[in-house]
Amino acid sequence: MSALHFHGVSARRGQRLVLDGISARVPSGHLTAVIGPNGAGKSTLLDITSGLKRPVQGSVELDGKDLHRLGRRELAKLRAYLPQRAGVDWPITVERVVALGLTPALPAFGTIPSALLPAIDDALLACDLLGLRDRPATQLSGGELARAMLARAIVGDPALLIVDEPTAGLDPRHAIDAVQRLKARTTAGCTVVMAIHDLDLALAFADSILAIRDGRLLAHGPTHEVVTESLLTSLYDVPVRLSRDGDGISVRFLKSGVSS
Amino acid sequence: MTRWLVPMLVSCLLASAFASVLAGSVWLTPREAFQALAFDHADLAGQIVTQIRLPRVVLSMAIGGILGLSGAVMQGLLRNPLADPGLLGVSAGASLGAVIAIYFGFAASFTLAAPLFGLTGAFVTTGIAFILARGGGTLSLILAGAAVSSIASAGVSLALNLSPNPYAAYEIMTWLMGSLADRSWDHVRLATPFILAGGTMLLLTGRALDALALGEAQAESLGIAVSRTRMLALIGTALGVGGATAVSGTIGFVGLIAPHLVRPLVAHRPGKVLIPAMLVGAVLVTLADIASRTLVFRGMPLNLGVFISLIGAPFFLWLVLHVRRRTA
Repeated sequence: MSALHFHGVSARRGQRLVLDGISARVPSGHLTAVIGPNGAGKSTLLDITSGLKRPVQGSVELDGKDLHRLGRRELAKLRAYLPQRAGVDWPITVERVVALGLTPALPAFGTIPSALLPAIDDALLACDLLGLRDRPATQLSGGELARAMLARAIVGDPALLIVDEPTAGLDPRHAIDAVQRLKARTTAGCTVVMAIHDLDLALAFADSILAIRDGRLLAHGPTHEVVTESLLTSLYDVPVRLSRDGDGISVRFLKSGVSS
Repeated sequence: MTRWLVPMLVSCLLASAFASVLAGSVWLTPREAFQALAFDHADLAGQIVTQIRLPRVVLSMAIGGILGLSGAVMQGLLRNPLADPGLLGVSAGASLGAVIAIYFGFAASFTLAAPLFGLTGAFVTTGIAFILARGGGTLSLILAGAAVSSIASAGVSLALNLSPNPYAAYEIMTWLMGSLADRSWDHVRLATPFILAGGTMLLLTGRALDALALGEAQAESLGIAVSRTRMLALIGTALGVGGATAVSGTIGFVGLIAPHLVRPLVAHRPGKVLIPAMLVGAVLVTLADIASRTLVFRGMPLNLGVFISLIGAPFFLWLVLHVRRRTA
């Protein structure tokens, strides 16, 4: 299906090397969490994975095809990308916003072909937006907007979904809801890569983890094999205690260890 | 509603164009106008219609159309309801070019000197703005446009300050106020190729503008070439609005207002605003041109640009309040 391969990916932002030889394999149909401190290169890695930014070295392959050699439209049909705090600038209805996700599949001129209309309803249904379809997107609450943007991203049924900080600005209930919906996409066969700061949610839902710091890969693999107290401590420079109980694993950062 | 919008606007445009043929210091009956158009160009009515009114009607439609269209494209591209075609320095550059032609007396010896210099000025300022903003994003383009714009305006003020005699100053002032008086088929021939070329480029941005409602990153991820869209919008505006301003002088507010008048009628979709905004712009300028010909205060006709500003400025005020309420 759609496994993702990073082959020695390096990237620059200006003169600075922000990614340094990342090599990893992201299994298809997995929800993969990219974790790491601010400035680690998470967003750059997602930009490169989505094909929006080119690596200075190395390549990213989806199903053995180099992402950066695909045509603009071909790539747009294959993967969807949701940047951080994605929003809409005009009071367009939710239904129209979701329809924008079909842009790469549209003919050069004219309206949406009727064969594509069921996809919009499916996406609205999957994101519990049927009651909001005629609401202007500028009037949605944060949680509703997050669902509308997710519907926009999945309406074209992408093989690869890349999401930068799906939980930013959301309260706990909506944050859990957002990650659960991403997890639900993987059961439909979609490979999902998300950058996330909320480690509790990452540990609870992600199938695999990519941990990066200063542009280098510290660890990658199945979540429960890779995530240890020592990894998280060296990742964030803060002592970490992992506690397991009946509700799963939770991460505690020990403030006392932070040197000022 | 959406389906009938364009046919309705087209009929409005045709009606106002026809009214514009009839109205003026000499009022014609529809019958006289038809006769003049169809058979007889030699008599007085025929001369008025074919040599004076028709070129003016054509220019007002073309200029209003390109201003409305370009305003809609700019607002969609910059995702800002207060953007207008003058933002990138096109209008200021065209003004400076025309003012140079008047100041140094080229305009006196050769009628098309002002528009030709105006065109050159428009292209030079946009070119400079574009080079300054190269590699940067949309924000650096706005800043570069604002900078180039103010330099061009400073040049215009300098020319007014140093103008050799009151007549030159008066001529510059009149030109800056924007007018379609005494424009001939020569002006039409000069401006329309640029307006048509620019308009075509601007219309090609429609789908990209729809996707840009989601922001540049998402639009790019949907397969939209954002930098190509920016190029099309910029060059299209430079050609079209440059050509228009070179012939008519500065006409503000049309590009700002026209998209807002139709936006609610097309469900706020940025790409769908383009054609209705173009038609509304054409109607606005054609009607304003009729008003500027027929409303006379103390023997002085109102200049087209002044008239539109008088109507447009209060609308702008309303818009600012309205937008603030919507985003608050």
